[in-house]
Amino acid sequence: MATLPTDPMVPDPYRVGQVWKETSDTFTLALEPADGAACSGFSPGQFSMLYVFGVGELPISISGDPEDPGRLIYTVRSVGQATHALVSRKPGEMVGVRGPFGGCWPLAEARGKDVVLVAGGLGLAPLRPAIYQVLRHREDYGRLIVLYGGRSPRDLLYRKELAAWARQPDTQVLSTVDYGGLSWRGHVGVVTSLFRYVRLQPARTVAMLCGPEIMMRFVTRELESCGVQAPDIYLSMERNMKCAVGFCGHCQYGPYFICKDGPVFPYSKVRSLLEKHEI
Amino acid sequence: METLERIVAEHPFFAGLEEQYLQLLAGCASNVRFEGGKYILREGEEASQFFLIRHGKVALEIAAPHRGRLTVETLGEGDILGWSWLIPPYHWRLDARAVDLTRAIALDGKCLRTKCEQNHDLGYELLKRFAHIMERRLETTRFQLLDVYAAHK
Ligand SMILES: Cc1cc2nc3c(=O)[nH]c(=O)nc-3n(C[C@H](O)[C@H](O)[C@H](O)COP(=O)(O)OP(=O)(O)OC[C@H]3O[C@@H](n4cnc5c(N)ncnc54)[C@H](O)[C@@H]3O)c2cc1C
Ligand code: FES
Repeated sequence: MATLPTDPMVPDPYRVGQVWKETSDTFTLALEPADGAACSGFSPGQFSMLYVFGVGELPISISGDPEDPGRLIYTVRSVGQATHALVSRKPGEMVGVRGPFGGCWPLAEARGKDVVLVAGGLGLAPLRPAIYQVLRHREDYGRLIVLYGGRSPRDLLYRKELAAWARQPDTQVLSTVDYGGLSWRGHVGVVTSLFRYVRLQPARTVAMLCGPEIMMRFVTRELESCGVQAPDIYLSMERNMKCAVGFCGHCQYGPYFICKDGPVFPYSKVRSLLEKHEI
Repeated sequence: METLERIVAEHPFFAGLEEQYLQLLAGCASNVRFEGGKYILREGEEASQFFLIRHGKVALEIAAPHRGRLTVETLGEGDILGWSWLIPPYHWRLDARAVDLTRAIALDGKCLRTKCEQNHDLGYELLKRFAHIMERRLETTRFQLLDVYAAHK
Protein backbone atom coordinates (compact mmCIF):
# COMPACT_ATOMS: atom_id res chain seq x y z
CA MET A 1 0.00 0.00 0.00
CA ALA A 2 1.38 3.44 -0.91
CA THR A 3 2.12 5.68 2.04
CA LEU A 4 0.66 9.16 1.98
CA PRO A 5 3.16 12.04 1.94
CA THR A 6 3.35 13.58 5.39
CA ASP A 7 1.63 16.92 5.85
CA PRO A 8 4.34 19.51 6.74
CA MET A 9 1.86 21.19 9.09
CA VAL A 10 1.23 18.08 11.20
CA PRO A 11 3.82 17.33 13.88
CA ASP A 12 5.19 13.81 14.29
CA PRO A 13 5.29 12.49 17.85
CA TYR A 14 8.82 12.18 19.29
CA ARG A 15 9.88 11.02 22.73
CA VAL A 16 12.56 12.81 24.74
CA GLY A 17 15.58 10.53 25.15
CA GLN A 18 18.67 11.92 26.83
CA VAL A 19 18.95 15.48 28.11
CA TRP A 20 22.35 17.15 28.69
CA LYS A 21 22.90 20.34 30.63
CA GLU A 22 25.30 22.53 28.63
CA THR A 23 25.26 25.76 30.64
CA SER A 24 23.05 27.27 33.36
CA ASP A 25 20.26 28.00 30.85
CA THR A 26 21.05 25.82 27.84
CA PHE A 27 20.25 22.14 27.39
CA THR A 28 20.72 19.60 24.62
CA LEU A 29 17.84 17.19 24.01
CA ALA A 30 17.80 14.00 21.98
CA LEU A 31 14.39 13.26 20.46
CA GLU A 32 13.51 9.78 19.18
CA PRO A 33 10.53 8.91 16.96
CA ALA A 34 7.74 7.58 19.23
CA ASP A 35 6.95 4.76 16.77
CA GLY A 36 10.57 3.53 16.78
CA ALA A 37 11.01 4.33 13.07
CA ALA A 38 14.07 6.09 11.66
CA CYS A 39 14.16 9.89 11.90
CA SER A 40 13.58 12.05 8.90
CA GLY A 41 17.05 12.87 7.54
CA PHE A 42 18.33 16.42 7.60
CA SER A 43 21.16 18.50 6.21
CA PRO A 44 23.46 20.63 8.40
CA GLY A 45 21.91 24.08 8.89
CA GLN A 46 18.27 22.98 8.77
CA PHE A 47 15.80 23.48 11.59
CA SER A 48 12.66 21.82 12.94
CA MET A 49 9.46 23.21 14.43
CA LEU A 50 9.21 21.70 17.91
CA TYR A 51 5.77 21.63 19.46
CA VAL A 52 5.51 21.55 23.23
CA PHE A 53 1.92 20.35 23.71
CA GLY A 54 -0.23 22.94 25.45
CA VAL A 55 2.47 25.60 25.30
CA GLY A 56 3.46 26.39 21.74
CA GLU A 57 5.63 25.71 18.76
CA LEU A 58 9.08 27.13 18.03
CA PRO A 59 11.86 26.86 15.45
CA ILE A 60 15.02 25.14 16.70
CA SER A 61 18.09 24.23 14.64
CA ILE A 62 19.20 20.63 14.53
CA SER A 63 22.55 20.42 16.30
CA GLY A 64 23.33 16.69 16.01
CA ASP A 65 25.05 14.40 13.56
CA PRO A 66 23.27 14.20 10.18
CA GLU A 67 24.42 10.58 9.85
CA ASP A 68 22.82 9.44 13.11
CA PRO A 69 19.47 8.07 11.89
CA GLY A 70 18.05 7.14 15.29
CA ARG A 71 17.48 10.52 16.89
CA LEU A 72 17.39 14.27 16.35
CA ILE A 73 19.48 16.49 18.62
CA TYR A 74 18.64 20.08 19.56
CA THR A 75 20.42 22.59 21.80
CA VAL A 76 18.00 25.01 23.39
CA ARG A 77 18.51 28.12 25.47
CA SER A 78 15.69 28.89 27.85
CA VAL A 79 14.66 32.49 27.15
CA GLY A 80 10.87 32.47 27.40
CA GLN A 81 7.79 30.35 27.89
CA ALA A 82 8.20 27.89 25.02
CA THR A 83 11.94 27.34 25.34
CA HIS A 84 11.58 26.97 29.10
CA ALA A 85 8.87 24.33 28.62
CA LEU A 86 11.05 22.54 26.08
CA VAL A 87 14.18 22.34 28.22
CA SER A 88 12.03 21.19 31.17
CA ARG A 89 10.83 18.04 29.31
CA LYS A 90 11.91 14.87 31.08
CA PRO A 91 13.10 11.69 29.33
CA GLY A 92 10.07 9.77 28.08
CA GLU A 93 7.84 12.84 27.61
CA MET A 94 6.48 13.70 24.17
CA VAL A 95 7.30 16.58 21.84
CA GLY A 96 5.84 17.21 18.35
CA VAL A 97 8.34 17.62 15.50
CA ARG A 98 7.73 19.17 12.08
CA GLY A 99 10.39 19.43 9.43
CA PRO A 100 13.26 19.56 8.77
CA PHE A 101 12.88 22.91 7.05
CA GLY A 102 15.05 25.40 5.23
CA GLY A 103 18.24 25.28 3.24
CA CYS A 104 21.59 24.04 4.44
CA TRP A 105 25.21 25.11 4.87
CA PRO A 106 27.12 25.06 1.52
CA LEU A 107 29.16 21.95 2.29
CA ALA A 108 28.99 20.77 -1.33
CA GLU A 109 30.32 24.13 -2.59
CA ALA A 110 33.05 24.02 0.07
CA ARG A 111 34.54 20.72 -1.18
CA GLY A 112 38.25 21.11 -1.87
CA LYS A 113 38.39 24.38 0.06
CA ASP A 114 39.22 25.52 3.56
CA VAL A 115 36.13 25.70 5.74
CA VAL A 116 36.03 28.56 8.24
CA LEU A 117 33.18 28.39 10.76
CA VAL A 118 32.59 31.39 13.00
CA ALA A 119 30.09 30.99 15.81
CA GLY A 120 28.89 33.27 18.55
CA GLY A 121 27.05 32.05 21.65
CA LEU A 122 24.32 29.57 20.79
CA GLY A 123 25.33 29.92 17.12
CA LEU A 124 27.67 26.96 17.55
CA ALA A 125 24.63 24.66 17.72
CA PRO A 126 23.49 25.03 14.07
CA LEU A 127 27.13 24.78 12.93
CA ARG A 128 27.89 21.59 14.84
CA PRO A 129 26.32 19.29 12.19
CA ALA A 130 28.59 20.95 9.59
CA ILE A 131 31.62 20.20 11.78
CA TYR A 132 30.56 16.53 12.08
CA GLN A 133 30.13 16.37 8.32
CA VAL A 134 33.53 17.90 7.50
CA LEU A 135 35.32 15.68 10.04
CA ARG A 136 33.60 12.57 8.72
CA HIS A 137 34.50 13.40 5.11
CA ARG A 138 37.87 14.94 5.98
CA GLU A 139 39.55 14.19 2.65
CA ASP A 140 36.92 16.22 0.76
CA TYR A 141 37.95 19.47 2.44
CA GLY A 142 41.03 21.58 3.09
CA ARG A 143 41.67 23.03 6.55
CA LEU A 144 38.85 23.25 9.07
CA ILE A 145 38.97 26.40 11.18
CA VAL A 146 36.42 26.91 13.97
CA LEU A 147 36.36 30.29 15.72
CA TYR A 148 33.97 30.46 18.63
CA GLY A 149 33.08 33.37 20.88
CA GLY A 150 30.99 33.28 24.05
CA ARG A 151 30.14 35.65 26.85
CA SER A 152 32.15 33.99 29.62
CA PRO A 153 33.85 30.61 30.14
CA ARG A 154 30.74 29.10 31.73
CA ASP A 155 28.64 30.07 28.70
CA LEU A 156 30.68 28.06 26.19
CA LEU A 157 28.90 25.07 24.64
CA TYR A 158 30.35 21.64 23.86
CA ARG A 159 33.68 22.27 25.60
CA LYS A 160 34.83 18.64 25.53
CA GLU A 161 34.01 18.36 21.84
CA LEU A 162 35.80 21.62 21.06
CA ALA A 163 38.93 20.16 22.66
CA ALA A 164 38.52 16.89 20.74
CA TRP A 165 38.03 18.68 17.40
CA ALA A 166 41.14 20.76 18.04
CA ARG A 167 43.18 17.52 18.12
CA GLN A 168 42.12 16.50 14.61
CA PRO A 169 44.62 16.95 11.78
CA ASP A 170 44.39 20.13 9.69
CA THR A 171 41.93 21.52 12.18
CA GLN A 172 42.27 24.71 14.20
CA VAL A 173 39.71 25.40 16.91
CA LEU A 174 39.95 28.65 18.86
CA SER A 175 37.50 29.80 21.51
CA THR A 176 37.34 33.15 23.19
CA VAL A 177 35.17 34.82 25.79
CA ASP A 178 34.19 38.47 26.15
CA TYR A 179 35.12 38.41 29.83
CA GLY A 180 37.25 35.89 31.70
CA GLY A 181 37.96 35.36 35.37
CA LEU A 182 41.46 34.79 36.66
CA SER A 183 41.15 31.01 36.44
CA TRP A 184 40.39 31.07 32.68
CA ARG A 185 43.56 30.37 30.72
CA GLY A 186 42.06 30.69 27.24
CA HIS A 187 41.61 33.70 24.98
CA VAL A 188 39.68 36.78 26.09
CA GLY A 189 38.31 39.20 23.50
CA VAL A 190 35.58 39.29 20.90
CA VAL A 191 35.44 36.57 18.27
CA THR A 192 36.92 38.82 15.56
CA SER A 193 40.11 39.11 17.65
CA LEU A 194 40.80 35.41 16.90
CA PHE A 195 41.39 36.15 13.22
CA ARG A 196 44.90 37.35 13.99
CA TYR A 197 45.83 33.81 15.04
CA VAL A 198 44.74 32.14 11.79
CA ARG A 199 46.26 32.43 8.37
CA LEU A 200 43.40 32.50 5.91
CA GLN A 201 43.88 31.70 2.27
CA PRO A 202 41.01 33.86 1.07
CA ALA A 203 40.80 32.53 -2.48
CA ARG A 204 40.22 28.99 -1.19
CA THR A 205 38.02 29.77 1.80
CA VAL A 206 34.32 29.25 2.38
CA ALA A 207 33.11 30.88 5.59
CA MET A 208 29.92 30.01 7.50
CA LEU A 209 28.69 32.24 10.30
CA CYS A 210 26.06 31.85 12.96
CA GLY A 211 25.31 34.04 15.95
CA PRO A 212 23.68 37.32 16.86
CA GLU A 213 23.23 39.54 13.78
CA ILE A 214 25.46 42.27 15.12
CA MET A 215 28.25 39.74 15.69
CA MET A 216 27.85 38.49 12.11
CA ARG A 217 28.15 42.09 10.85
CA PHE A 218 31.48 42.48 12.63
CA VAL A 219 32.68 39.09 11.38
CA THR A 220 31.74 39.71 7.74
CA ARG A 221 33.73 42.96 7.87
CA GLU A 222 36.71 41.11 9.29
CA LEU A 223 36.49 38.35 6.68
CA GLU A 224 36.30 40.88 3.86
CA SER A 225 39.29 42.75 5.24
CA CYS A 226 41.14 39.40 5.13
CA GLY A 227 40.22 39.14 1.43
CA VAL A 228 37.35 36.62 1.58
CA GLN A 229 34.75 37.55 -1.04
CA ALA A 230 31.08 38.10 -0.15
CA PRO A 231 29.83 35.14 -2.28
CA ASP A 232 32.07 32.83 -0.22
CA ILE A 233 30.54 33.96 3.08
CA TYR A 234 27.31 32.36 4.31
CA LEU A 235 25.26 33.22 7.35
CA SER A 236 22.24 31.83 9.13
CA MET A 237 19.43 34.28 9.93
CA GLU A 238 16.62 34.06 12.48
CA ARG A 239 13.15 35.56 12.64
CA ASN A 240 10.00 34.52 14.48
CA MET A 241 8.21 31.75 12.63
CA LYS A 242 4.79 30.15 12.47
CA CYS A 243 4.17 27.94 9.44
CA ALA A 244 7.84 27.33 8.46
CA VAL A 245 6.77 26.53 4.90
CA GLY A 246 6.46 29.96 3.29
CA PHE A 247 2.70 30.56 3.75
CA CYS A 248 2.18 32.95 6.64
CA GLY A 249 4.82 35.63 6.08
CA HIS A 250 5.83 35.74 9.74
CA CYS A 251 9.52 35.29 8.97
CA GLN A 252 9.72 37.90 6.21
CA TYR A 253 13.15 39.47 5.85
CA GLY A 254 13.17 42.03 3.05
CA PRO A 255 12.14 40.11 -0.09
CA TYR A 256 12.79 36.72 1.56
CA PHE A 257 11.00 34.31 3.82
CA ILE A 258 13.66 32.96 6.12
CA CYS A 259 11.90 29.61 6.59
CA LYS A 260 12.06 28.68 2.93
CA ASP A 261 14.68 30.99 1.33
CA GLY A 262 17.01 30.60 4.34
CA PRO A 263 17.88 30.28 7.10
CA VAL A 264 21.32 30.02 5.43
CA PHE A 265 21.99 32.85 2.97
CA PRO A 266 25.03 33.88 0.98
CA TYR A 267 26.18 37.19 2.44
CA SER A 268 26.01 38.77 -1.02
CA LYS A 269 22.22 38.25 -0.96
CA VAL A 270 21.51 39.76 2.45
CA ARG A 271 24.31 42.27 2.81
CA SER A 272 22.13 45.36 2.21
CA LEU A 273 19.45 44.01 4.60
CA LEU A 274 21.99 43.27 7.32
CA GLU A 275 23.18 46.86 7.13
CA LYS A 276 19.62 48.18 7.62
CA HIS A 277 19.34 47.70 11.34
CA GLU A 278 15.57 47.94 11.66
CA ILE A 279 14.65 45.05 9.33
CA MET B 1 72.13 33.52 16.88
CA GLU B 2 69.22 35.80 15.99
CA THR B 3 70.13 39.45 16.37
CA LEU B 4 67.68 41.82 18.06
CA GLU B 5 67.44 43.80 14.85
CA ARG B 6 66.37 40.71 12.99
CA ILE B 7 63.79 39.74 15.62
CA VAL B 8 62.37 43.28 15.60
CA ALA B 9 62.28 43.26 11.79
CA GLU B 10 60.40 39.95 11.73
CA HIS B 11 57.71 41.05 14.17
CA PRO B 12 54.43 41.74 12.29
CA PHE B 13 54.13 45.16 13.93
CA PHE B 14 57.22 46.36 12.09
CA ALA B 15 56.54 44.61 8.77
CA GLY B 16 57.87 46.69 5.89
CA LEU B 17 59.73 49.20 8.06
CA GLU B 18 62.87 50.64 6.43
CA GLU B 19 66.24 49.21 7.44
CA GLN B 20 67.52 52.54 8.86
CA TYR B 21 64.53 52.73 11.26
CA LEU B 22 64.93 49.10 12.30
CA GLN B 23 68.51 49.86 13.31
CA LEU B 24 67.32 52.82 15.40
CA LEU B 25 64.65 50.69 17.06
CA ALA B 26 67.03 47.82 17.79
CA GLY B 27 69.16 50.30 19.73
CA CYS B 28 66.27 50.68 22.22
CA ALA B 29 65.36 46.95 22.35
CA SER B 30 66.10 44.16 24.80
CA ASN B 31 65.00 40.54 25.21
CA VAL B 32 62.69 39.82 28.18
CA ARG B 33 60.80 36.81 29.56
CA PHE B 34 58.06 36.50 32.16
CA GLU B 35 57.04 33.35 33.98
CA GLY B 36 53.32 32.46 33.96
CA GLY B 37 51.51 34.40 36.70
CA LYS B 38 54.00 37.27 36.82
CA TYR B 39 52.76 40.84 36.34
CA ILE B 40 54.45 42.61 33.43
CA LEU B 41 52.99 46.01 34.20
CA ARG B 42 50.71 47.54 36.79
CA GLU B 43 48.05 50.24 36.55
CA GLY B 44 49.36 53.66 37.66
CA GLU B 45 53.05 52.80 37.34
CA GLU B 46 55.28 54.70 34.96
CA ALA B 47 54.96 53.44 31.38
CA SER B 48 58.54 53.35 30.24
CA GLN B 49 58.41 50.49 27.71
CA PHE B 50 56.31 48.60 25.25
CA PHE B 51 56.53 44.95 24.30
CA LEU B 52 56.51 42.95 21.10
CA ILE B 53 55.17 39.57 22.18
CA ARG B 54 57.05 36.68 20.59
CA HIS B 55 55.56 33.69 22.44
CA GLY B 56 53.10 33.10 25.24
CA LYS B 57 49.93 34.77 26.40
CA VAL B 58 49.31 37.98 28.33
CA ALA B 59 46.07 38.91 30.11
CA LEU B 60 45.01 42.56 30.36
CA GLU B 61 43.18 42.99 33.64
CA ILE B 62 41.10 45.58 35.42
CA ALA B 63 39.56 45.47 38.86
CA ALA B 64 35.78 45.80 38.43
CA PRO B 65 33.59 46.87 41.37
CA HIS B 66 31.75 43.85 42.86
CA ARG B 67 33.22 41.56 40.18
CA GLY B 68 36.83 41.30 41.30
CA ARG B 69 39.61 41.19 38.74
CA LEU B 70 38.45 40.75 35.19
CA THR B 71 40.48 39.80 32.17
CA VAL B 72 39.23 42.07 29.39
CA GLU B 73 41.58 40.89 26.66
CA THR B 74 44.39 38.46 26.05
CA LEU B 75 47.33 39.10 23.77
CA GLY B 76 49.59 36.55 22.15
CA GLU B 77 52.30 35.94 19.62
CA GLY B 78 52.62 38.81 17.16
CA ASP B 79 50.75 41.30 19.36
CA ILE B 80 51.87 44.58 20.88
CA LEU B 81 51.53 45.30 24.57
CA GLY B 82 51.32 48.91 25.77
CA TRP B 83 51.04 52.33 24.21
CA SER B 84 50.96 54.49 27.36
CA TRP B 85 54.71 55.17 26.90
CA LEU B 86 53.67 57.30 23.92
CA ILE B 87 51.05 59.47 25.57
CA PRO B 88 51.62 61.82 28.56
CA PRO B 89 51.55 61.38 31.52
CA TYR B 90 53.12 58.02 30.60
CA HIS B 91 51.32 55.85 33.16
CA TRP B 92 49.88 52.37 32.58
CA ARG B 93 46.07 52.28 32.50
CA LEU B 94 45.64 48.60 33.37
CA ASP B 95 47.50 45.54 34.59
CA ALA B 96 49.13 43.00 32.31
CA ARG B 97 49.90 39.49 33.58
CA ALA B 98 51.72 36.68 31.81
CA VAL B 99 49.27 33.75 31.67
CA ASP B 100 51.91 31.36 30.37
CA LEU B 101 55.66 31.74 30.02
CA THR B 102 55.93 34.80 27.76
CA ARG B 103 58.91 35.94 25.72
CA ALA B 104 58.99 39.42 24.30
CA ILE B 105 61.15 42.24 23.05
CA ALA B 106 60.95 45.28 25.32
CA LEU B 107 61.42 48.65 23.65
CA ASP B 108 62.54 51.46 25.90
CA GLY B 109 59.92 54.23 25.67
CA LYS B 110 62.17 57.15 26.68
CA CYS B 111 64.85 56.08 24.22
CA LEU B 112 62.22 55.80 21.48
CA ARG B 113 60.58 59.12 22.30
CA THR B 114 63.96 60.84 22.00
CA LYS B 115 64.64 59.16 18.66
CA CYS B 116 61.17 60.08 17.39
CA GLU B 117 61.68 63.73 18.38
CA GLN B 118 64.98 63.74 16.50
CA ASN B 119 63.60 61.89 13.49
CA HIS B 120 59.99 62.78 12.71
CA ASP B 121 59.79 60.32 9.83
CA LEU B 122 60.45 57.50 12.30
CA GLY B 123 57.91 59.07 14.70
CA TYR B 124 55.27 59.23 11.97
CA GLU B 125 55.90 55.59 10.96
CA LEU B 126 55.50 54.47 14.58
CA LEU B 127 52.39 56.60 15.16
CA LYS B 128 50.70 55.17 12.05
CA ARG B 129 51.29 51.65 13.34
CA PHE B 130 50.06 52.45 16.83
CA ALA B 131 47.04 54.31 15.44
CA HIS B 132 46.10 51.17 13.51
CA ILE B 133 46.32 49.05 16.67
CA MET B 134 44.34 51.60 18.70
CA GLU B 135 41.64 51.72 16.02
CA ARG B 136 41.31 47.93 16.10
CA ARG B 137 41.21 47.82 19.89
CA LEU B 138 38.56 50.56 19.92
CA GLU B 139 36.45 48.59 17.46
CA THR B 140 36.75 45.34 19.41
CA THR B 141 36.01 47.16 22.68
CA ARG B 142 32.82 48.59 21.14
CA PHE B 143 31.85 45.11 20.02
CA GLN B 144 32.59 43.75 23.50
CA LEU B 145 30.50 46.50 25.13
CA LEU B 146 27.46 45.41 23.13
CA ASP B 147 27.41 42.22 25.19
CA VAL B 148 25.81 40.51 22.20
CA TYR B 149 25.48 37.03 23.64
CA ALA B 150 23.53 38.17 26.66
CA ALA B 151 20.93 39.88 24.49
CA HIS B 152 20.68 37.07 21.98
CA LYS B 153 18.46 34.08 22.58
C1 LIG C 1 15.62 29.21 12.20
C2 LIG C 1 15.71 29.36 13.68
C3 LIG C 1 16.53 28.51 14.39
C4 LIG C 1 16.63 28.63 15.79
N1 LIG C 1 17.43 27.76 16.45
C5 LIG C 1 17.49 27.82 17.80
C6 LIG C 1 18.26 26.87 18.53
O1 LIG C 1 18.93 26.00 17.97
N2 LIG C 1 18.26 26.96 19.88
C7 LIG C 1 17.54 27.92 20.54
O2 LIG C 1 17.56 27.94 21.78
N3 LIG C 1 16.83 28.84 19.88
C8 LIG C 1 16.76 28.81 18.53
N4 LIG C 1 16.01 29.71 17.86
C9 LIG C 1 15.31 30.75 18.62
C10 LIG C 1 14.05 30.20 19.28
O3 LIG C 1 13.15 29.79 18.29
C11 LIG C 1 13.44 31.30 20.14
O4 LIG C 1 14.30 31.57 21.21
C12 LIG C 1 12.11 30.86 20.69
O5 LIG C 1 11.16 30.86 19.67
C13 LIG C 1 11.66 31.79 21.82
O6 LIG C 1 10.39 31.35 22.30
P1 LIG C 1 9.98 31.53 23.80
O7 LIG C 1 8.52 31.36 23.91
O8 LIG C 1 10.81 30.68 24.69
O9 LIG C 1 10.39 33.02 24.11
P2 LIG C 1 9.54 34.30 23.85
O10 LIG C 1 8.64 34.52 25.04
O11 LIG C 1 8.94 34.26 22.48
O12 LIG C 1 10.71 35.36 23.85
C14 LIG C 1 11.49 35.60 25.04
C15 LIG C 1 12.53 36.63 24.70
O13 LIG C 1 13.43 36.13 23.69
C16 LIG C 1 13.46 36.98 22.55
N5 LIG C 1 13.56 36.12 21.35
C17 LIG C 1 12.63 35.25 20.89
N6 LIG C 1 13.09 34.64 19.78
C18 LIG C 1 14.32 35.12 19.54
C19 LIG C 1 15.28 34.91 18.52
N7 LIG C 1 15.10 34.06 17.51
N8 LIG C 1 16.44 35.59 18.59
C20 LIG C 1 16.65 36.48 19.56
N9 LIG C 1 15.77 36.73 20.54
C21 LIG C 1 14.61 36.08 20.53
C22 LIG C 1 12.16 37.75 22.61
O14 LIG C 1 12.30 39.02 21.97
C23 LIG C 1 11.95 37.91 24.09
O15 LIG C 1 12.69 39.00 24.61
C24 LIG C 1 15.89 29.64 16.47
C25 LIG C 1 15.08 30.50 15.74
C26 LIG C 1 15.00 30.38 14.36
C27 LIG C 1 14.12 31.31 13.60
S1 FES D 1 7.15 31.08 8.99
FE1 FES D 1 5.44 31.31 7.69
S2 FES D 1 6.34 32.15 5.93
FE2 FES D 1 8.05 31.66 7.15
